[in-house]
Amino acid sequence: MKRRNTVLMVFAMVSLLVLSGAQSAFGAPVIKIGVAGAHSGDLASYGLPTVNAAKLVVKDINAKGGINGQLVELVIEDDQCKPELATNAAAKLVSSRVVAVIGHICSGATKAALGIYKDSELVTISPSATNPPLTQSGEYPNFFRTIAPDDAQAKLAADFLTKTLKLKRIAVLHDKGDYGKGFAELVKQYAEENGVTVALFEGVNPGAPDYSAVVNKIGNAKVDGVVWGGYHPEASKLVQQMKDKGMNIPFISDDGVKDNTFIEVAGKYAEGVYATGPTDTSSNPLAIKAIEDHKKEFGSEPGAFYLNAYAATQALLNAIAKAKSTDYDKIVAALQSEYVDTALGRISFDKRGDIIGFGFSVFQVQNGKYVELK
Amino acid sequence: MEYFLKLFLSGTAKGSIYALMALGYTMVYGIIQLINFAHGEIYMIGGFTALILGGFFFSKGMPVGLVLFFSVLLSIMYAAAFGFTVEKIAYRPLRGKPRLSALISAIGVSIVLQNFVLLSQTEKFLPFPSYLPEFSWLQPYKAYINSTQLIILAVTTVIMVLLTLLIKFTRTGKAMRATAQDMHMAQLVGVDVNRVISVTFIMGSALAAIGGVLICSYMGQINYYIGFVAGIKAFVAAVLGGIGSIPGAVLGSFILGWTESFGTGYISSDYEDAFAFVILIVILLIKPDGILGRTQKQKV
Repeated sequence: MKRRNTVLMVFAMVSLLVLSGAQSAFGAPVIKIGVAGAHSGDLASYGLPTVNAAKLVVKDINAKGGINGQLVELVIEDDQCKPELATNAAAKLVSSRVVAVIGHICSGATKAALGIYKDSELVTISPSATNPPLTQSGEYPNFFRTIAPDDAQAKLAADFLTKTLKLKRIAVLHDKGDYGKGFAELVKQYAEENGVTVALFEGVNPGAPDYSAVVNKIGNAKVDGVVWGGYHPEASKLVQQMKDKGMNIPFISDDGVKDNTFIEVAGKYAEGVYATGPTDTSSNPLAIKAIEDHKKEFGSEPGAFYLNAYAATQALLNAIAKAKSTDYDKIVAALQSEYVDTALGRISFDKRGDIIGFGFSVFQVQNGKYVELK
Repeated sequence: MEYFLKLFLSGTAKGSIYALMALGYTMVYGIIQLINFAHGEIYMIGGFTALILGGFFFSKGMPVGLVLFFSVLLSIMYAAAFGFTVEKIAYRPLRGKPRLSALISAIGVSIVLQNFVLLSQTEKFLPFPSYLPEFSWLQPYKAYINSTQLIILAVTTVIMVLLTLLIKFTRTGKAMRATAQDMHMAQLVGVDVNRVISVTFIMGSALAAIGGVLICSYMGQINYYIGFVAGIKAFVAAVLGGIGSIPGAVLGSFILGWTESFGTGYISSDYEDAFAFVILIVILLIKPDGILGRTQKQKV
């Protein structure tokens, strides 16, 4: 009986192999690339632009005959920025035999998925996951990103609030998430190194209808500036409730807030808010082309992290082309050694996987628009 | 002292937000012992309807007062229709079945409605314009309380009083109480139980819509997911005060609001949820049916 089962199993496996072999023999050989991130849910506005970016780059490449004679195909998986869904998405991508992944979007979800990609030797390039340990821990040699890590952002924010705004006493709030809290802790550390007193350091519940208690607490702490580590829905409630109470102190945040949705939602309350975000690259011809293509194809302005994702896809496809194979080690070597012209400018990656040639600036909302401060 | 007063008022405002929603949970539970998880979604749909209609009326050049009146009125009707339909489709067929089935059905409805709005409207956060008036006489006290908070507080109080009167003194109220006590017996003496339950759902959903409009005006934003977070807290408040009891829901909401506000103000907002649930556990240990809940005798 046992023997018969084994025979059956072997037979089943052989026929599976034959079938899958048959499939690739009939269809044109393709290079599959995964795209994972939040495509639905609260944070979909961070993830969907990446899908569009990847689609457009791939369309261009395929129109030129693909890479190494093979067409590129995207496999898209949604993780809603939730770690538990991210591992599912990762497992699905691995089983659909992608050679590399663009994503994920949120740091928490990216971290959850990276273990799986590492075990399967898949290069992963995130356009937006900025949590520092993702590269700095050295745990994930397969991980790259086309965005500077939070510590770069936090350092900039801390220097800005001490040197430019000359604040002496600040409150630092965060949303208790990997991204927001990571940013908040680093700003606190760097600001204290610059001699600023952090009078208040607290996490608040994301999604809560009311922040008036914590806003009262900020008022009571007599600070001359507030730093927020987190995303835009909470930021707009906080600035609104602060200004309603007559508190007109600078509000400094991160690139989770440097999203036009923030200005739309917070409206007049958004005026004057500072946010650090990726340096404006809109004068780069490749960026202009990327944005024009988006308008043509999807009929709208691209959203958050669009150019980062565009550059990530360009860098990845370039590396596969330069490596002349989809072999993991060769792609990694190509990413780290080759400079490539992308929508973010001329970029490459360092040994840890962080981007070289692109960084952060401080922006302020002026007349309903984010303006880069020089 | 000033700080204490600020925190107290902020807790009161927060409590009245929870109360607006907790009333709906408690009414439905009082009648058919069902935790209507879809309540938060009806609240969200109420908000969305008001947003869409408000935008439409405004573009037609209607004055703000009328925009507010009509968009609130119509969103109440729309949400009430939703509540009525949900009860008919998802809860009525399960009546008399184990309570767990209806509960799971409620969770299902909640997910369906969230995704319905996600797909038919948007996944984005939208700005919610405030059509509510700004009281100029409140301006000097704006550090303590703002107009919207005051309106929410007033509306909550009025609704609580009206509901209590309705349940105590009207025919429908009497029928509701009879149905709550013993559904079969009420049916035997000629109460149209189906109608009573429908009315309860219509009223609960209308309250949710009012809550949706007011709370979204206060937050200044709306999204398909807002009902979930607010719903959980309002549910805790309803249990705290004694689920099934109207004054209990309001009292529970205020206690929850104050606990969170003082906890945040004097300790840390990191543990806001912890304070809420610690107070829930403490009260349920002392009074298992909540502060104003009536003790349910087991029918043997």
